[in-house]
Amino acid sequence: MNEERYHKLRDIIQIYLPEDVSVTDISEKSHFTDELNINSAHLVDIVLDVEDTFDIMLENEDMEQMQTVKDALDIIETKLSKK
Amino acid sequence: MENKDIIDLLPYKAPFLFVEELLEVNEDRVVGSYTFSRDLDFYQGHFKDFPITPGVILTECCAQIGLVCLGIFLLETYIAENKDSNISVGLSSSDMDFYHPVLPDEKVTVTSEKIYFRFNKLKCRVKMHNAAGQLVCKGIISGMLKLKDIE
Repeated sequence: MNEERYHKLRDIIQIYLPEDVSVTDISEKSHFTDELNINSAHLVDIVLDVEDTFDIMLENEDMEQMQTVKDALDIIETKLSKK
Repeated sequence: MENKDIIDLLPYKAPFLFVEELLEVNEDRVVGSYTFSRDLDFYQGHFKDFPITPGVILTECCAQIGLVCLGIFLLETYIAENKDSNISVGLSSSDMDFYHPVLPDEKVTVTSEKIYFRFNKLKCRVKMHNAAGQLVCKGIISGMLKLKDIE
């Protein structure tokens, strides 16, 4: 796992965590909606921030696949490798 | 799509429909109006002795015109291709500031500008003015808009 990317992603996710979830609850396996309690609208915010931070574009299919932190890292990796 | 068709596609009806007329709709903005009839039920309780339109209802009016009508316009192509579906709406956040009260029988005009519409999330900057042109409220509203099959 690319630590730098993971930390950048974690910093983005942290902004949208509800008050009852702490940043230490985030792991690679975390499910965005089921475990981190992030709602679908904030999941879009995370995707838009990911696009800005990593200078990539995500499609609707990517959004559908993005269930966990690991999924997000995989998508970022794939997009960056195609640049 | 005609402006009236958009109103017909709204998933609301009286007593919770707060859109009367759409004056302008395009990819980036929508302008619409509504008149708060003195007969609306909530005036009997808000407030006990003097009726004033509740802020949540003003927010709802801004959301129905600014977010949902614009959303239907933006989803027009999908709606035309999927005749058996209807729009489903979930308000995800609203951050409003209020400046002037709206009294019974007042007509208001809502103007909404799209900030973005991506991955089914529409985020808009909304403003409501009264008939005298005074700013009633303004804010940022966002919601998730999807098409769902009619069962």
